[in-house]
Amino acid sequence: MNNIAGKPLNGDLEDDDEDEANDDGLEAWERAYTEDRSWESLQEDESGLLRPIDTTAIHHAQYRRRLRALASNAATARIQKGLIRYLYIVVDLSKAASERDFRPSRMAVIAKQVELFIREFFDQNPLSHVGLVTTKDGVANCLTDLGGSPESHIKALMGKLECSGDASLQNALELVHSNLNQIPSYGHREVLILYSALSTCDPGDLMETIQKCKKSKIRCSVIGLAAEMFICKHLCQETGGTYSVALDESHFKELILEHSPPPPAIAEYATANLIKMGFPQRAAEGSVAICTCHEEAKTGGGYTCPRCKVRVCELPTECRVCGLTLISSPHLARSYHHLFPIVPFAEISPSSQNDPNHSFPNTCFGCQQSLLSQGFGAGNKAELSVSCPKCKQQFCLDCDMYIHESLHNCPGCESFRHSKSVTIAQ
Amino acid sequence: MTTSAPSKNYADDVSLLVVTLDTNPFFWSSFPFHFSEFLSQVLAFLNSILLLGQLNQVVVIATGCNSCSYVYDSASDKNHASTNGTMPAIYSNLLHNLDEFVAKDQQLTTPHHKPGTIPSSLLSGALSMALCYIQRAFRSGPMHPQPRILCLQGSTDGPEQYVAIMNAIFSAQRSVVPVDSCFIGSNNSAFLQQASYITGGIYYRPPQMEGLFQYLSTVFATDLHSREFLRLPKSLGVDFRASCFCHKQTIDMGYVCSVCLSIFCEHHDKCSTCRL
Repeated sequence: MNNIAGKPLNGDLEDDDEDEANDDGLEAWERAYTEDRSWESLQEDESGLLRPIDTTAIHHAQYRRRLRALASNAATARIQKGLIRYLYIVVDLSKAASERDFRPSRMAVIAKQVELFIREFFDQNPLSHVGLVTTKDGVANCLTDLGGSPESHIKALMGKLECSGDASLQNALELVHSNLNQIPSYGHREVLILYSALSTCDPGDLMETIQKCKKSKIRCSVIGLAAEMFICKHLCQETGGTYSVALDESHFKELILEHSPPPPAIAEYATANLIKMGFPQRAAEGSVAICTCHEEAKTGGGYTCPRCKVRVCELPTECRVCGLTLISSPHLARSYHHLFPIVPFAEISPSSQNDPNHSFPNTCFGCQQSLLSQGFGAGNKAELSVSCPKCKQQFCLDCDMYIHESLHNCPGCESFRHSKSVTIAQ
Repeated sequence: MTTSAPSKNYADDVSLLVVTLDTNPFFWSSFPFHFSEFLSQVLAFLNSILLLGQLNQVVVIATGCNSCSYVYDSASDKNHASTNGTMPAIYSNLLHNLDEFVAKDQQLTTPHHKPGTIPSSLLSGALSMALCYIQRAFRSGPMHPQPRILCLQGSTDGPEQYVAIMNAIFSAQRSVVPVDSCFIGSNNSAFLQQASYITGGIYYRPPQMEGLFQYLSTVFATDLHSREFLRLPKSLGVDFRASCFCHKQTIDMGYVCSVCLSIFCEHHDKCSTCRL
């Protein structure tokens, strides 16, 4: 009766030996009690009633800590960021990626998060390009070339998700290195490796390849899914990237999305150039032209390249006939918030708010939510809130997160004409 | 770290309309249509939104020349009916708060603007506040109303607000909040045209101000779901070309600095903004 529970899932006994030996004889529902322990997420409140742990306070505290860490590095100087990025994502499709410690399997989690990451990447870096490389059976293959359209990458990735063999770090780096040598000098070269294996099967000296990448100024970052490996850490330290190991699915998502905003640029890595770009007009409704991307006649909405006058369907893209980069001004504007970041808000502790000498507003300036805590018997106690150091307006913690992560405008500074200290007429 | 778009659990047909009302005194003093008549038509329109559904919500933010502020929230419990019962509660509250706001805004005016030009109103501030309020609505529970923003604007665009307005537009696009614009000034507003195009809203310039209520109630009053069944004004030619930083002229081919993204019309050896 217990054989179903006792049979190993993957067929390789070495990995699951310890677990299976201990849980031998347990049903699946019994294993849920030993593994999930759902009672630990409950807490007693003052009156003895049970309620789930208040994760919002912990979430806010983590967020504030992270923001403080970032702010201490940035100080008041504006850091130069690499805005035009050429990023290769190396996906490890070795046997280790079919492990089931991430549910449903590491491969499925990686595929889903890479899709989200690609969309987020093009949202934050519209002028950049992404390419996909997979490594399995000891070789590395280029899945898609460097391109600017998210759909083609995602479609290619979803079609090729079979795992087998060993991962090869050196072959992947060699392939990426040869591809990235062809890009223009103003672009920032980056590689993001999603590594689930604990070994690498290489034809030569991996250290030499790492030195080659360092000389070509390629910034390599690794996200491990298994355990920390010295070679990955060495690679990231040499090239100036970041190495992190994911603990579970949500942590993996957090780690991979940290790579979507542009990293601080090392000035010698990319030369500053003026790049010729075109700003096409939208074609009039009802005009007929053959578009260069699909090679068929189309009517109405499309864009006309200002140099060679051919029609393209969507922006941003490169004109296929004359090679001019075509973008529209909103695409450039998407990157402006990286150049003009807003300062982190300062915390106001609840105790100083109850001070009768200072008058504090009772509502958040952005969303008009009351800043006094609501709850049984809470009275008029003030909760933790933040204020902008420039305009001195008070905001609630939810507005603080929204403003810094999505909006990138302080409503207080924007709503008072004479508190503006940043102008873009530079 | 990014916030994903909140899950779309919309209660059927319930809308949250956030209106940004342009109260720039410099604009209104030179405009042939009087502000009080404009306001009476807008108030009738807001009342009609509240009548269309019991759960509909209306929030009004006044966009002044030196400041912005909330002047009305239909869901707040601070609304009182007027003491002698001659006006509905929405009118008396809104007018009272608007009076206070305009007086305060006037006090903040300093004579710094160039004579002959009309200073712009602070649209970026109003949009940012509107988006913060809408985020609060998304957090309010499992079923929340469908939010949208309506900008009633007449003042010209202030170029110093370009970055802030674009940030607000992209954030609205990510949260799937359409930004409609009813522009009553003389020339088209490029910022509002871009806002409505990018977020999927409607941009409309009413041809005759006397019939403003008619245009508002036929074009801007319907909720988002019902818009699929209506023939609404199409956006004509949104100009997405950029202006060069040196001459401020629109160009269709230019040179972009790879570090600071400044746009120039001629090739230089060094970018003058970042000097690299």
